[in-house]
Amino acid sequence: MTSASPKTLITGLLFLLAAAAPFLLAPYELNLLGRFLALSLTAMGLVIIWGEGGVLSLGQGVFFGLGGYAIAMHLKLASLSGGDTMPDFMVWTGLKALPGWWGPFANPVVAIAAVVLAPALVAAVFSWLMFRRRIGGVYFALITQALALAFSTLLISQQAYTGGFNGLTDFKTLFGLRLSKPLMTHGLYWVTLALVALALIAGRLLLASRFGKLLRATRDGANRVRFLGYDPAPYKIVAFTLAAVLTGLSGALFTLHAGVISPALVGVVPSIEMVIWVALGGRTSLAGAIAGALLVNFAKDKISTILPTFWLYVLGALFILAVTAAPKGLAGLFPERGAGAFRLPWLKTKVGA
Amino acid sequence: MAAPLLSLKAVTVDFDGFKALNSLGLSLESGSLTAVIGPNGAGKSTMCDAMIGRVRLTAGQILFRGEDISRLPEHTIVARGICRKFQTPGVLVGLSVFDNIAIASGDRRWLRSFGLKPDAQTKIKVEETLALIGLQDRREVLAGELSHGEKQWLEIGMVVATGCELLLLDEPTAGMGASETRRTADIIRNLVGDRTILVIDHDIDFVEQLGGHVVVMHQGAVFTEGTLADVRNNEDVASIYLGRPRG
Repeated sequence: MTSASPKTLITGLLFLLAAAAPFLLAPYELNLLGRFLALSLTAMGLVIIWGEGGVLSLGQGVFFGLGGYAIAMHLKLASLSGGDTMPDFMVWTGLKALPGWWGPFANPVVAIAAVVLAPALVAAVFSWLMFRRRIGGVYFALITQALALAFSTLLISQQAYTGGFNGLTDFKTLFGLRLSKPLMTHGLYWVTLALVALALIAGRLLLASRFGKLLRATRDGANRVRFLGYDPAPYKIVAFTLAAVLTGLSGALFTLHAGVISPALVGVVPSIEMVIWVALGGRTSLAGAIAGALLVNFAKDKISTILPTFWLYVLGALFILAVTAAPKGLAGLFPERGAGAFRLPWLKTKVGA
Repeated sequence: MAAPLLSLKAVTVDFDGFKALNSLGLSLESGSLTAVIGPNGAGKSTMCDAMIGRVRLTAGQILFRGEDISRLPEHTIVARGICRKFQTPGVLVGLSVFDNIAIASGDRRWLRSFGLKPDAQTKIKVEETLALIGLQDRREVLAGELSHGEKQWLEIGMVVATGCELLLLDEPTAGMGASETRRTADIIRNLVGDRTILVIDHDIDFVEQLGGHVVVMHQGAVFTEGTLADVRNNEDVASIYLGRPRG
């Protein structure tokens, strides 16, 4: 199974090419590629929970934000100049001292741990409450959307602690090194690429394991699985939590590349966009999700530069196209399991409950 | 006489005033094969639902090996030893035939689910089950791509692979032709002995092929029971099927 298939070979070559990108692309393009690769971690998380687990989350922005803000808090503190004891926006909003819960983030290890642990904890508790009570389908999607709305509203309203609408930006150093140095930008890019490759491999193994099969089984027949003696909840909770961790990492890396995290990046609309990347790329394919995240975001960048108002129409049209003509997204256009050539999705009807 | 494996005691299930099961009493002996027949709406499937915890009782008790199981969570009831095949085959369409059975027979603890290859014990169990249902040559096929009859057999195999002592088979021949029906009867007869089996079906020829004890249900309770010949000779049974008032 692990012998190199043509697909694996092509994926490997693409990663090698991507690794050479710092020498091939202009700094601006490289920065974009780094950002979008970071976003592809979010997309892979959605493949696990939505594509394979059958649970649509419209609130991934929350976990993206938790990761993003955790690293941004550290960057803010690390970027303080000389005699300052707290970030500029806190001074402007009249805070007298740095809030106690900001303090530990001065330590980069704490911040990096929070990038992983904060989304994991929130996701585990939230999904435990939901899946224990068998809340799923459209109800789950709506509750997660409400969560994204509540989170972005909270961030905006607590300006003194979160930077409010503007979020956190103007970062200067990480680990004592200036973020603008080529060594740093290239390093950050390679770290991102390595994490994407690692997530792809780990995700493939997870989905090929018994866990992955059970996850698919609960998607296709939750009742059958339950009446075979399984409690489906733990599988969904673990999948949701893993997706949240990937999304948290994604948010942190994106923040490092983009130099900003703000409520506009974590609310309802970005959360829906995340789902669209995956719908277009292929929701049951990790590689498809990476492709979806990259293509949609590059298209967004190009189109909204030329015609700023036009982008949302293009996105909407692409989404409708994917849902009606290619439910398996881009990945569905490539043969699976070595079976023949193109599969026309509209010729295949779903059987069973 | 030994205590029955399963006994339903005055089981009532009330759906907003409609008594789907009305003080139903039924016992199953260990190692027996029982066929339940009865007109549509007699409560046959609801009885299975009650046994596996899918519907909750309004009144009564379900004793399995002497313990009341009627309030246990569904997956716990399976762990005690009752598993059911649904009327519409509930095979896991996105997985291969092999994986369907491997999931049915494997470890239930999620922490033990991260292995890439099934363990040797599971493999043996799956092979045994495949032989039992005659799908050895279809092991790599996706369950969603099987024929209707094969799906029914696969689901019987899954239920068997759980290792449960009591198997509830709800309409295992639904949608099958005569030859498939005969093969299904052969499969089920091979299961009796180590296991206790309750079959629900409409097809009297199939019930005859199975042999075994026959229970007739009507209006949520047991109407009569006995051998198929007893039931056939009972004129009241014919009248409930035809909807005539009993004389």
